[in-house]
Amino acid sequence: MLDAKIPAGPLPEKWTDYKGHCKLVNPSNKRKLEVIIVGTGLAGASAAASLAELGYQVKAFCFQDSPRRTHSIAAQGGINAAKNYQNDGDSIFRLFYDTIKGGDYRAREANVHRLAEVSGNIIDQCVAQGVPFAREYGGLLSNRSFGGTQVQRTFYAAGQTGQQLLIGAYQALERQVALGNVKMYSRHEMLELVTIDGKARGIIARDLVSGALERHFGHAVLLCTGGYGNVFYLSTNAMGSNVTAAWKAHRNGAYFANPCFTQIHPTCIPVSGDHQSKLTLMSESLRNDGRIWVPAQKNDTRKPTDIAENERDYYLERRYPAFGNLVPRDVASRASKERCDEGYGVGTSKQAVYLDFADAIIRYGKIEISKEGKSNATLEEIIALGKEVVKEKYGNLFDMYEKITGENPYEVPMRIYPAVHYTMGGLWVDYELQTSIPGLYALGEANFSDHGANRLGASALMQGLADGYFVVPYTLGNNLADEIYNKPIATSHPAFEEAENKVSERIQKLMSIQGTQTVESFHKRLGKIIWNQCGMARTESGLKQAIADVQALKKEFWSDVRIPGVVNGMNPELDKANRVADFIELGELMCVDALNRNESCGGHFREEYQTPDGEALRDDANYMYVAAWQFADEHKWELHKEPLVYDVIKPSQRNYK
Amino acid sequence: MALKNVLTSSVGKKLVMGFTGIFLILFLVVHAGLNACIWANDGGEMFNKAAHFMGGNLVPRILEVGLFGGIFLHIIQGYLLTLDNRSKRSVGYAVDYSKGSKWYSRSMAILGTILLLFFILHWKHFWVPSRFTGIPEAKFYNGIEVHDVFALMKDTFSEAWVVIFYVISCAALGYHLAHGFQSAFKTIGIHNRRYHTMLSAVGMGFSIVIPTLFALMPISLYLGWIR
Amino acid sequence: MESDRTMEHYHMNLNLKVWRQPNSQTPGAFKLYRVENISSEMSFLEMFDVLNEQLIRDGEDPITFDHDCREGICGSCSMYINGKPHGPWAANTTCQLHMRAFHDGDTIVVEPWRANSFPVIKDLMVDRSAFDRIIQAGGYISVNTGNAVDGNSLPVPKDHADQAFAAAMCIGCGACVAACKNSSAMLFLSAKVSHLSLLPQGDPERSSRVVNMVAQMDKEGFGACTNTGACEATCPKEISIANIARLNKEYLLATLTAE
Repeated sequence: MLDAKIPAGPLPEKWTDYKGHCKLVNPSNKRKLEVIIVGTGLAGASAAASLAELGYQVKAFCFQDSPRRTHSIAAQGGINAAKNYQNDGDSIFRLFYDTIKGGDYRAREANVHRLAEVSGNIIDQCVAQGVPFAREYGGLLSNRSFGGTQVQRTFYAAGQTGQQLLIGAYQALERQVALGNVKMYSRHEMLELVTIDGKARGIIARDLVSGALERHFGHAVLLCTGGYGNVFYLSTNAMGSNVTAAWKAHRNGAYFANPCFTQIHPTCIPVSGDHQSKLTLMSESLRNDGRIWVPAQKNDTRKPTDIAENERDYYLERRYPAFGNLVPRDVASRASKERCDEGYGVGTSKQAVYLDFADAIIRYGKIEISKEGKSNATLEEIIALGKEVVKEKYGNLFDMYEKITGENPYEVPMRIYPAVHYTMGGLWVDYELQTSIPGLYALGEANFSDHGANRLGASALMQGLADGYFVVPYTLGNNLADEIYNKPIATSHPAFEEAENKVSERIQKLMSIQGTQTVESFHKRLGKIIWNQCGMARTESGLKQAIADVQALKKEFWSDVRIPGVVNGMNPELDKANRVADFIELGELMCVDALNRNESCGGHFREEYQTPDGEALRDDANYMYVAAWQFADEHKWELHKEPLVYDVIKPSQRNYK
Repeated sequence: MALKNVLTSSVGKKLVMGFTGIFLILFLVVHAGLNACIWANDGGEMFNKAAHFMGGNLVPRILEVGLFGGIFLHIIQGYLLTLDNRSKRSVGYAVDYSKGSKWYSRSMAILGTILLLFFILHWKHFWVPSRFTGIPEAKFYNGIEVHDVFALMKDTFSEAWVVIFYVISCAALGYHLAHGFQSAFKTIGIHNRRYHTMLSAVGMGFSIVIPTLFALMPISLYLGWIR
Repeated sequence: MESDRTMEHYHMNLNLKVWRQPNSQTPGAFKLYRVENISSEMSFLEMFDVLNEQLIRDGEDPITFDHDCREGICGSCSMYINGKPHGPWAANTTCQLHMRAFHDGDTIVVEPWRANSFPVIKDLMVDRSAFDRIIQAGGYISVNTGNAVDGNSLPVPKDHADQAFAAAMCIGCGACVAACKNSSAMLFLSAKVSHLSLLPQGDPERSSRVVNMVAQMDKEGFGACTNTGACEATCPKEISIANIARLNKEYLLATLTAE
């Protein structure tokens, strides 16, 4: 049985109690301790800055050319915090409760409560750093509601909240670089974990410019490497986002938890063709005003504007009258897949539904007209004024849509389709964010801990920063307090030697294949398998087929991939091959996990397990656990279960009808 | 921070350009105002008197020293800045980016060089004679002897090539000002949108009116519009 | 939005003239390529993906270029296309440029950012670490984690917050440097100085920040600003050149009032 090391005591006091009793490292000893941080997004940059401020010697790594470009930057909507500035009844408990419920009761209570507790400190810290959050005319912070919650607790900076928070953390990190407390290694990618006597003691990294392999020692290693959504090839992740660092940790003994819990975001711009390299998210906020519909008859090829009102099916409003277009992400995504699978999809690919602002434009137009006190306005005037309002609210999103599709969403409805957006699964960590390898930590999206089977909007930024600013500085100290007697280990140690050899052998092997197919083509094929069988809906037979397909793909990859260029120099194709090779292995584990979980919950929907009206059917009696997989051998994993114990919250069926 | 460090920083160098530029703009107003006296069409009496005032009074003479300092500083710093800025891109583009800015904004050094050539000629025409080699004829107004600068002007602008060169130079001045006027105020830190919009408009007007005024002087004399 | 954007999808054949350079030491040269059957719905980088797949199959070295988020926010992409950073569309990044901006038979010239401070690493990829070092010189507020007071304890006038946000939208792509005839980094620098000096939290360090950041910019070998406006015209986030004037003011005040 897995021990998450959750402190005893009542839930609201666990974290306070932990902080009051954890071991500390004195300042002069902190200077002697070295910490490696891989990945410098919100979690990594905030951890690097905070730990360096405390006095640790930090080495931070990112594969991008600067920590400012990590993919946290692309988060749009906002960050939740239980500040209750709006006096609308929010509290730490409510944020905690909403997060657990939104995660369909597959998250750990203690972690989520701690997340809610520190959420307020995050906002304070970011404001102090100069993050330009949206403000009211009185100069105080503004909030909006997000993702169907009943309170306004989301702080935001227009549609670029992730960017602003990341720049804040990046600046704090660069300040520590200037002070000499952090050594920054950009354009570096971790390719192996070094363990000595069962503890994580360093990494092997490739300098992506020179191609050289480097050995780096650390008393502890923090993986802040984000999610693995790119296993689907098409996702809203950045092109470089990958699972490699986490996968190396996994192959060295770190458990991988709930890999099948992936989030499919309902409002993305649909795929336009085979050339598509990535997908773009349109903020969830659009669902506040847009109405989602498909034609009522199958294979209707008319222009959307030619389809009369009574020939349209507003299927979310029809199926979920209470929440309508605002149902949670997993529910909305599945509903649009269902319509498209039935043949009601629109656009050339038939894999899209309409998100229509015509009603909102008229509604806002009428409000403006009445503000002006006009009584007999023409429809044209109403529409013109309504467009202005919509432009003010969503102008940047509409512009982005037009740039990508070439269509004007003020005139014709947007076409949207779900796309992979976030991965709730990740490396298994205990309450201290330590993986099953001592000395190895996982923060942010890279770990599995806080979002259960489905993540609520505006919670990812919160978790990344909570882990980095406010959790790991305490929990790392608690463990490093025992390390002060250990001098840094020279990188000439045989374990480093062995790890480096392993990496260079793998690279040599990849380069020597010189087959006929490009890395990209393998990645595309992997993505199709996973998307079709382990995407929005999964079945036993489909998953079994997918496992066989992925195994075959792996074999083919290792015998027929073609990588041009050199080892000792810049070679993006080689970097990509390293990542895709790991994605293939992860893809298999995802299917294994999905096959094991004989229930539907959150983002994991097994067609065999649904209510008569097509909703997810949980099986709390048998599956209320975290599935933590230990790597045993090629294609073999051992399952460890961490039971989820709900002391405070009583799990119930989510109902949005 | 030492003043030397301030003035040799990239922003400091620009501050020197901006402040000297604004000083020269002020000078242009005085110069144009003074020369406009020729249009009194009184045989140059008003103009000669004004010129005498400027030459005979101590304050303008002191300002003249400052003016030369400003001009030379502006020229030298301008050239140094241009050379320095050019050295920052050793490998150029195959296709230049020309749409993002006005040609005259990118050509301040060339326009400035035309103006420098103009100054050399202009000083030779007027400033050197009035200060050193002397102006042949003298006139008496109410018993006071003044140089007949007006006669010198009429004489100088009787040659077509001089007039043409002066007019070209005035055009160069116009374009130099079209960029320089608003740029100088940006450089010294006017960022407020309201003032900046106002100064841009004033700058545009200035860069049309003043050079046109100057250009009309040689033209008027050459074509005999004034006597 | 550009007038040539229509809903009509079409395919095109294109000639590409791309800068190839094996590394920073070896001189580079333009190379001609032809890509066929390119859909108007592709992004510019997807067109490069097609070309690279073609090159790999032909046993040639694919073209290296920086890219990551492909949604116009990370600031990685950095191509100078047909004489303009990020290509023909206004307020746009290369990754968001789509092929309907071009027509059948077009020749497209693609160059890396050119500035001595941005040395070419390979092909179209340049080293922009100078920007990080400029931030290290003072582009932050010195506040350690845990020191913060309540977020609402210090009201910020809305217009200041909005202006700070508008400046903070900078994605650090370096298009301003690439566009500037002087290779000046002033738009980048001024966006950060404006962002932080407009907020009360940034006030204690505002003098040292601007002086140190300008000194670092000079040290990195960027040129001086001559207010041509090319940076503002090409900036994908439409950062205003007024920020440069604000930096100048901050600099003047900081140096005049220094002890």
